Amino acid sequence: MMNAQANTMRPLHRFEQLYRRDRHVWRLLFMIIVWMIFMAITRFSKFYSLLNFQTMAAQFPEFGLMSLGVMLCMITGGIDLSVVGIANLTSILMAYLLINLTDAAGNIPGFTIPLVFLLAVGLGTAFGVFNGILVSKFHIPPILATMGSGELFTGICLALTNGNAVSKFSRTYSRTINNRIFDLIPVQLVIFVVMAVLIWFLLSKTVFGTKLYMLGTNETVARFSGLKNDRLLIKTYMLSGICAALGGMIMLANYNSARADYGTVYTLQCVLIVVLGGVNPIGGKGKISGVVLAIVLLRMLETGLNRFPTISSYYISLIWGGVLILVMVLNYFSEHGGKPHRKVKQSA
Amino acid sequence: MEYKTKRILKKITRRNEPYIFLVLLALCLLIEVRSGQFFSSNNLVDIASALIVPGLFAIGAFLVIISGGIDVSFPALASLSVYATTKYLLDINYEGGVWLAILMALAIGALLGAFNGLFIGYFKLPALIVTLGSSSVFKGIMQGALNSRQLTIIPQGMRDWGTSALFTAKNPVSGLTSRMPVAFIAFLIVLFFVSFMMRYTMFGRSIYAIGGSESSSHRAGFNVIRTKFIMYIMVGMIASLAGVIRVCMMQQAHPTNMLGMEMNIIAGVVLGGTAITGGRGTLLGCMLGTLLIVIVENSLILLGVPTSFKSVFTGALIIIGTGVSAYQVIRMNRTRRMKTRARRVA
Repeated sequence: MMNAQANTMRPLHRFEQLYRRDRHVWRLLFMIIVWMIFMAITRFSKFYSLLNFQTMAAQFPEFGLMSLGVMLCMITGGIDLSVVGIANLTSILMAYLLINLTDAAGNIPGFTIPLVFLLAVGLGTAFGVFNGILVSKFHIPPILATMGSGELFTGICLALTNGNAVSKFSRTYSRTINNRIFDLIPVQLVIFVVMAVLIWFLLSKTVFGTKLYMLGTNETVARFSGLKNDRLLIKTYMLSGICAALGGMIMLANYNSARADYGTVYTLQCVLIVVLGGVNPIGGKGKISGVVLAIVLLRMLETGLNRFPTISSYYISLIWGGVLILVMVLNYFSEHGGKPHRKVKQSA
Repeated sequence: MEYKTKRILKKITRRNEPYIFLVLLALCLLIEVRSGQFFSSNNLVDIASALIVPGLFAIGAFLVIISGGIDVSFPALASLSVYATTKYLLDINYEGGVWLAILMALAIGALLGAFNGLFIGYFKLPALIVTLGSSSVFKGIMQGALNSRQLTIIPQGMRDWGTSALFTAKNPVSGLTSRMPVAFIAFLIVLFFVSFMMRYTMFGRSIYAIGGSESSSHRAGFNVIRTKFIMYIMVGMIASLAGVIRVCMMQQAHPTNMLGMEMNIIAGVVLGGTAITGGRGTLLGCMLGTLLIVIVENSLILLGVPTSFKSVFTGALIIIGTGVSAYQVIRMNRTRRMKTRARRVA
């Protein structure tokens, strides 16, 4: 849509502007295309199948949702390292609920799944508000507050389960979430898209989003401009908590069980994704489109690499870290090497 | 007189170390009362030897945090350098002393630290992001390129060094004995060296200055880039030393079991009163904080608390500890503001 608009007006100039404004997005898009071409040349039949894309679309929402939460926090200049803790605690508590609701025949009443999701959102809200209060009212640096609360949530998970997996609840739950709508679209993807659209709407169409960017750009100025910083921060961490809790519910479905140490690598992976997606860790900058592309890129890289049995899958972390540092260095050169350009205002 | 004591008291209450010391003391006494086993000689030796590796990591993390950065790559860095060293020495059937292993690990650690320092110092990229990326790269090199797996045999020299003891403590009641590893001396040397450096050398002071304010220290004539670069090299070397000691003490090289330590180490450092924003903090506090974390991790079992509650306690500790120090900063700013206002009125 934006391309078409650009072409009608002095194409090159507009295009350059477009590129500059969304440098990250274009770069990620470019990387995705390069990778897709590479896969097309080397492993066409194994990569380009409907099933493969469906599998990928079912896999990425669990850490994708968590990344969305981390992104919101990072826009305000904070960070959320407790997403995995929240996800696991939610999924364990919900797994217990599911066990209680499962009858002898292994079935669950019809209202269960909506109920479980509602409760999960509620739990995520509570955990997120807890984080938000620590960050805003007690002025604990976000990185420490969420690190501590993440440890605390994981600790509660361990204390509840003794480190064992919680399973043996009705398979109906997992089957429902792993369903495909019209035999095509995985339910996980739908949940992710709904959340992503919601956050996109919040960030770019509402006053809340604008305030968030203001808060991230300069906290003091935001306060003197009459923003209620504390309340904004609590709302942000609350949203992040909700995203994480939903991620946990998807993990519960994908593994058909819940455990305290599921997804421990996701903490740092989420931060990586968000930074790769062009969110400035200092705050005030970043777009959801970049983050979503980064999530998709990660999943494609990982799945693609798995199609080469001779290459150890551990190389993915090497590539991933390398890409991250490379992108940061490229930013450094494009910001310091070229003409100094003004900060571009955030807009949809 | 009263005024003086008041001032001293005020000074003490504003620092973080006394609080953490009191908490530590209270915890120790609690464990002692509950179990009667805490102050037994072998338990103290056990705790001291459990402190070596986290303590060394904490010294490195402390340096980085003082300079205003944060390092999450040190476990991966240590794992990679020590794994590469052990693997190489095994491949050449090395049978000499441990010094070669230590030197090699230090050299690799310096190189990897320089990698961090290059991006953080010269390219001025945020330390959290760079170390996240580099830890992922180090892990990838170790598990992908070196194809790491658990090495159950380590070279003779390393094994001897790991088992040799300074002295052995015996618990007269239970009959359990604990060895104090020779590596404890290495830990003390590093501790002494770094505390001397931070207090009495220009390099150490410039780390504090950079953490306080990077642009003002640059204007005051400190070479910010070079200081950071050298500091990350040092941190890499300290972390690698910790890695070697861990492998020697465990008698086997496990590539992944150090990963994931970073959060607890950083928590310990911050608990000890080091400001996460940089520029403030003492090595004494850092060690007390790390000791607190180590004791919580090792001695809860003596309290009768199941080990599955370990993370609950560490998490609560981090939140409460950082909450208290954050509250102190707010209070300090408030009194300062009130003072300036009073002065202005006068």
